[in-house]
Amino acid sequence: MTTVQRMARWVGAAICALAATSGVWAQGTQPPIRIGSTLALTGALASTSLVHKVVGEIYVEQLNKRGGLLGRQVEWIVKDDQSKPDLARTLYEQLITVDKVDLLMGPYATGAILSAMGVAQRYNKVLVHHTFGIPSLAKYEMQFPAWSLGPDPANTVPTTVFNALAASPKPPKTIAVVTSKFPSVHFMSLGAREVAKKRGLTEVLFLEWDFGNLDYGPIAARIKDAKPDFIWVGAIGLEGNQLLEAMSKIDYTPQEHFYMYPAPGPMSKSPLAKNALSMTLFEEHPPFTSAPGAAEFIALYHGRAAKAGIPDTSVEVQAATSYTAWQILEAGVRGANSLDDKAIAAWIKKNGVDTIQGHLRFDGPNNYGDDLMRVKQVQNGRWVTVYPKEYAAPGATLQVQ
Amino acid sequence: MTFPSATLLAQSALSGLFIGSLYGLLGLGVGLSWGLLHIINLAHFGFAFLAAYVCYQLASVGGMDPLLTLAIIVPAFFLLGVAVQWLLARFSVSPLNSLLATFGLTAIIEAGIQAEWTADFRKLESVYAGQKFRIGELFVPVPELITLSFALALSSGLWAAMRYTDLGRPMRALAEDAPIAAAFGINRRAHGLMLAGACGALAGVAGVCLALSFTLTPSQIYAWVGVVFAAVMLGGLGSALGPLTAGVVIGVSEAVTMAFASPSWAPMVSFTLLIALLLLRPGRS
Repeated sequence: MTTVQRMARWVGAAICALAATSGVWAQGTQPPIRIGSTLALTGALASTSLVHKVVGEIYVEQLNKRGGLLGRQVEWIVKDDQSKPDLARTLYEQLITVDKVDLLMGPYATGAILSAMGVAQRYNKVLVHHTFGIPSLAKYEMQFPAWSLGPDPANTVPTTVFNALAASPKPPKTIAVVTSKFPSVHFMSLGAREVAKKRGLTEVLFLEWDFGNLDYGPIAARIKDAKPDFIWVGAIGLEGNQLLEAMSKIDYTPQEHFYMYPAPGPMSKSPLAKNALSMTLFEEHPPFTSAPGAAEFIALYHGRAAKAGIPDTSVEVQAATSYTAWQILEAGVRGANSLDDKAIAAWIKKNGVDTIQGHLRFDGPNNYGDDLMRVKQVQNGRWVTVYPKEYAAPGATLQVQ
Repeated sequence: MTFPSATLLAQSALSGLFIGSLYGLLGLGVGLSWGLLHIINLAHFGFAFLAAYVCYQLASVGGMDPLLTLAIIVPAFFLLGVAVQWLLARFSVSPLNSLLATFGLTAIIEAGIQAEWTADFRKLESVYAGQKFRIGELFVPVPELITLSFALALSSGLWAAMRYTDLGRPMRALAEDAPIAAAFGINRRAHGLMLAGACGALAGVAGVCLALSFTLTPSQIYAWVGVVFAAVMLGGLGSALGPLTAGVVIGVSEAVTMAFASPSWAPMVSFTLLIALLLLRPGRS
């Protein structure tokens, strides 16, 4: 090697080192992109919010390892809305006007999301959210849902459930619809009544209770008395478990039973919940786990959730939709190559996003795309998808008592 | 509205009796504290849930029988009750301020529970959980029967103690007219601490009953406040038997309403009953 060649090599190496250093320097000196959100870290919704906190932390960490967004690191500012939608509204206002965050991420649960949506609309900010249950109320054009219910879930979700039951070895002929009056659950149960009627099922019981009901004994007794083939339980959180316990106390085992939004861990672990049905967007089995990034996320989540003291560390609907929401926001920023909210919203709406749920589109009414809800069932102490067939866990079929 | 079968009606009434006994058990400590100490102790609910979590921990992790945990929980919560009363007396907290102070204490207890056990649901799987026996067509679950037994024993035991013992009579005298009672040599401070300790212990027992029958989550503390306060007010402040009687009336009326009509009507019926009884009961001022 000649002296000239040696010098050229040194100069080339120096240029490369300088370029690399300047890149690092640029990333190091530029302020991070700040994403603001609230979560119900205390109060009635705290148990599920903890899942969203763990997922958000994982995602931001992964994102920063990949180099962040637009060459900048990402910082997530999360405040505690105490499970109060009114406080969520104040905190989102604060995040925009005082903390001056660049982007927003949605809070947990319908009430708080609706509050945050109003604030986002006032300031023309994109709001990606993970758990909004009433699509008809999502009127803001720059909001994007990760909870893929479709625009008319009161019709499509019960239809999926009844299709699954019709394909089972013992399709039900009679139905009891018992439901909490919790808003995002109640309208679905009313939809289930309509769909059941259209499909020729005989309704033998319809009951409603106020959210926060403490005594499920009489409700269980009435179900037992009505002897339905199938029970649609419009339950949220622990209500499903409480009803199951009340039915067990009077020695009643339901034949086929569905729960709208059960507390996933407690229900799958309960011996009373054998063959209980519910809806899902993601479970820890193929084909869901084949989505790009899903396996890595699941492995990370198991460890972090255990560390955070979450008793059930499996990735199911809540964790998966939370991850999806972050994927939507990341895709929007990368696609628009900008932090401009209008550009991000336009890109998401036009292109849709590939997520661990599959490809999501946002070009339907109120930015809702397809209803991706599938039917899952408690089998051997864990949730497995049983319908439709192409999403069923390997070897799993719908079981009846 | 269709008329329910006799079995459905009886099973529902039984369910109301059981839940009513828990209202009464929780209300017993609240009512005694309010009526005799003039402390509106919202922290009683926090104590009960703390006791439920301690029971869960001792039974699930420590392997103790849930009922045996009472041997630890009752004295511990007696001391807790004494400590809170000492603090409230030390700062001469008025009844209204006691409501605010103990509400704050409840929030602290809730945060403490969440820090230790997280906000996630905890269910005590005990040997009693699935036990039940049958009387004709009716099923009687053992955990609820334990709650009813505790409520009956403690309410009637305290009623007798207040009426016939040298510890109970001075307490009633203090509640009636503290200065005159003090003039007769009754030690207000010592009796106050004793009663607050007893109320703390009652919260401990109620907590064990909660753990036996319910899945626990910190925010559930507040779900009981309204209906238990109703039972206390309906039963009479400072009364030992009143909260249980009123709790059962509320529980059964709600349960029977659920058997006849929509369960969402139940709170309306029970609170209408409360208002009617408060308006119509003899001797109201």
